[in-house]
Amino acid sequence: MLKIAVCAKQVPDTDIPPSQFKVDEGALRVIPPAGVPPIVNGFDMNAVEAALRLRDAGVECEIVIFSVGTEFALDVMKKPLAIGADRLVLVDDEASESLDALGTARVLAAAIERDGGADLVLAGRQASDWDQAHVPIMLSEIMSAPLVTLVRNLAMNGGGESFEVERVAEGGFQRIECPIPAVMTVTNELGEARYANLRGIMAATRKQPETMTIADLGIGDVANNGKLEMTRLFVPISESNVEFIEGEDEADSGRLLALRLREAKLI
Amino acid sequence: MSGGVLIVGEVVDGGLHPTVRQLVNASERIGNEASLCLAVDSTFDDSVLEGIGVGNVILLEHTDTAADGSGGVYSLLTELACEAVKRLEPSSVLIAKTDAGSVISARIAARFDAGLASDCIDLALNADGKVAVTRPVHGGSALAVYEFAGDGLQVVSVRPGSFEPAPVSGGLPEIERLDMSDVSVEGEVPVLVETVSEEGEGIPLEQADVVVSGGRGLGGPEPFDNLRELCGLLNAALGASRAACDAGWIDHSHQVGLTGKSISPTTYITFGISGASQHMAGCSSARNIVAIDKDREANIFSHARYGVVGDWAKVLPAFTAAVAELD
Repeated sequence: MLKIAVCAKQVPDTDIPPSQFKVDEGALRVIPPAGVPPIVNGFDMNAVEAALRLRDAGVECEIVIFSVGTEFALDVMKKPLAIGADRLVLVDDEASESLDALGTARVLAAAIERDGGADLVLAGRQASDWDQAHVPIMLSEIMSAPLVTLVRNLAMNGGGESFEVERVAEGGFQRIECPIPAVMTVTNELGEARYANLRGIMAATRKQPETMTIADLGIGDVANNGKLEMTRLFVPISESNVEFIEGEDEADSGRLLALRLREAKLI
Repeated sequence: MSGGVLIVGEVVDGGLHPTVRQLVNASERIGNEASLCLAVDSTFDDSVLEGIGVGNVILLEHTDTAADGSGGVYSLLTELACEAVKRLEPSSVLIAKTDAGSVISARIAARFDAGLASDCIDLALNADGKVAVTRPVHGGSALAVYEFAGDGLQVVSVRPGSFEPAPVSGGLPEIERLDMSDVSVEGEVPVLVETVSEEGEGIPLEQADVVVSGGRGLGGPEPFDNLRELCGLLNAALGASRAACDAGWIDHSHQVGLTGKSISPTTYITFGISGASQHMAGCSSARNIVAIDKDREANIFSHARYGVVGDWAKVLPAFTAAVAELD
């Protein structure tokens, strides 16, 4: 049976209006908007969907979600379980706040190893909070496993000895044959994660995550080694100089807009 | 060199990737003795390095570089770049945040236990001689400044287009060819079977002078037909927000944004796009943004030059009809 590890990160909801996005410049932190729950990073949900599609295609597999963080919203982190993932492993540790990408990759690698390893590690192409796209790539280095980034389609070949992958490339895509085990990052072109049905939600409610701390993993101190320090975090101010075109009604506004753009030689 | 800046450049079809000259420009912010390394095969013609503006260029020669570059796995390119870092012992590595650069920079950082700042849009040297970078975070909703600390290697990836290309200066730089034929990738690697080009419909987004885009506010795939008609009249390319692409209303090859295409047309006209930071990251170099959206408070209007607050379904037909009547 194929063991698939999907790395998933809890991030602030990206769907809030930019006006609600606030940072604490002193504490160098993002202030979560009141009453808006976090989400599982959207690209990581695409990765969960990729795993579920392998199962749909008849590949016998166990799908385990791994996440490193703290202050987890359990009902949020259980979303992958509700659509079909089998287990959830949380490395829940305040120290994760100060991990850099390499530290996070080391923690994930150790958690996956402790869980018996994986034949395929999937993750989103990047996390929508810090937009780095480092962790899965570093994970492939640590695990010495082949890496394919920006996967938009994933299947197993007939004999089950390798993966057939399509990855997004400039002006098209590439077909790649990838050996097992491997690390892959998944992009939104693969398609959105499916919706949970009631049965799935009920099943997820009953499942409990396996929770551990970084110390439990026995990999020593991986917290921020001070190679890179944030010294400033701010929301850039963009000064609006919009000229609103207002006609008698919306259609008239549209007509006037065309005339104005021609006058300004923009069309 | 020991210390100094090492630029890891990309070669495409025997020529320099446009980001190489941008990196040369960026490197001047953090030091004045940059070297450039390029992974090439024996057919590489040195003359493309004329006026490159760095003191010396190291050509890492290997027969398989071209295949690896298009292979999208970048394993050999990573090995060659690591070999260059080992031999030259730079204090900083500069690399472009392209698909290849993303992978190579993160693998260099993991291998040398280096600090890594990615997708940077500005660089500087602080008082201690350490590199400080500015990078957009949270999809561009905020900017963060980071400073490197400690004595380790500093790896910086630079967002393409955030620096102008360095002006042509000097003649041919000092060029050193290193035979790298004994460098190989250990273990199993992904194999490129084929590269398939998928030309989107219409004018390519990156080349168009006018781009017309639709977003979630359009509510379905049909309105994109109306936008296609408008594109025809304006000789414009058709774009879309990620939400519209993910909803399946239009192919992902039209996606403009942080994880889609970056465009810089003279005129960018949007219908039903609220202007999330992730979208604006792909169109912030458009010279004039023209927005049509029903929400006056939508973020797109704080970036727009001209705006209409209204229902696209009423504005678009009248706009299109008026455009058709212009000579």
